[in-house]
Amino acid sequence: MFSLRDKQLANDIISQITKAKVDLRFMHVCGTHQDTLVKHGLDVLLQKCGIEIGQGPGCPVCVTTPKEIEEILLLAKQGKTIATFGDMTRVPGVTSSLQQMKTEGCDVRTVYSVEDARSLAEKYKQKEIVFMAVGFETTAPTTASVLVQGPPSNFSVLCCHRLIPPALQAILQMGELQIDGFIEPGHVSTIIGTKPYDFISKEYHVPQVIAGFEPLDLLMSIWMLVRQIQQGRAEVENEYVRAVQPQGNRKAQQILHQVFEPVDVKWRGFPMIPRSGLRLRKEFEAYDALKKYEDEIRSLSEEEFAEPTGCLCGDVLRGLISSEQCPLFGRVCTPENPVGPCMVSSEGSCHIQYRYTKR
Amino acid sequence: MCLAIPGKIIELDKKKQNATVDYGSGTRRKANVSLVQVKIGDYILVHAGFAIQVLDKKEAQETLALFKEMLSLAEEQ
Repeated sequence: MFSLRDKQLANDIISQITKAKVDLRFMHVCGTHQDTLVKHGLDVLLQKCGIEIGQGPGCPVCVTTPKEIEEILLLAKQGKTIATFGDMTRVPGVTSSLQQMKTEGCDVRTVYSVEDARSLAEKYKQKEIVFMAVGFETTAPTTASVLVQGPPSNFSVLCCHRLIPPALQAILQMGELQIDGFIEPGHVSTIIGTKPYDFISKEYHVPQVIAGFEPLDLLMSIWMLVRQIQQGRAEVENEYVRAVQPQGNRKAQQILHQVFEPVDVKWRGFPMIPRSGLRLRKEFEAYDALKKYEDEIRSLSEEEFAEPTGCLCGDVLRGLISSEQCPLFGRVCTPENPVGPCMVSSEGSCHIQYRYTKR
Repeated sequence: MCLAIPGKIIELDKKKQNATVDYGSGTRRKANVSLVQVKIGDYILVHAGFAIQVLDKKEAQETLALFKEMLSLAEEQ
């Protein structure tokens, strides 16, 4: 549709990055960026230019906590119809996964959109439909859009939506690794615009570039980060100008704030991150599965759920190790038999690494 | 998860809530366009069944030229 391929230009960018003679570590937080980097071999190419790029917690399915998975499994077990996106059904919980429970007779539906889940509620009035809502700022407005229209009363949402900027801050505050720049997710940014990233550059002096998803978009974004570093700048720049406006999508922001409010939540591999999650506002409480089924899931409230034995998804999500540094990768843990969520999700760095380098 | 596919609006309902989107190669699907302001002929990014942003056709067409200009300016410095 809009072709963005130009070999000469790619060579010119690489040549300028090589000439800069740098030794840098960048982080991105988006499975689609990781896919482009690994699929086109840019990760290896950039390593030769002195640039390491790792995926942080940029996979909504992967950062969903073991407790949230247990909550949805319990609701499935109690006879609710569970609707969620495909990858989510395969994430292993402590005892089972939604897919496993489906084979045992539970009603689990894979949907493409929250609208499909709402349609299920309209079609099966006698069933209770629980939509497990995962996704960042890109996806949360779609859930909100259905809730403001007043869906049927047999529809509810287990809200696992999360916000990107607080997670970036958490990574910097934890200080576990050197981050010389962030490549920011293009589609999250179509919604939130450029402003919500400003404080990261101001407070932590870290350069940021919002990037598109073509190989040239990523190469150019990396070049822009390198230029900022060479010139001693730390700013938010936008490479993906064809899709991201500075103010973002106001209509989507408005509906998101109308329905949700920020809440402190844990992310897999992370401690509690302040105001990094979303919960339904009081006016929408009737659709909040956590409130609606409070009594049913209370038994899980005090429990702590451990990661699967040997699973290092937490370290992968914090950018501490690459997928291949996990002893389980490709041996015990494969897309067919995933141990942790990073191998389940098509946005997870382990799945992506396996897909392009192991097959 | 945050994957979004570009497509062109070829039909729009009266309330401007739903559109038929052409993704090229004959692939057409419905998308909810309530989160954006659009007209027929606009290019949109569709994520999980919803248009999340209208693509700027001019910016898209000029992206390569812009990149080239940025590189050549840097080279001169």
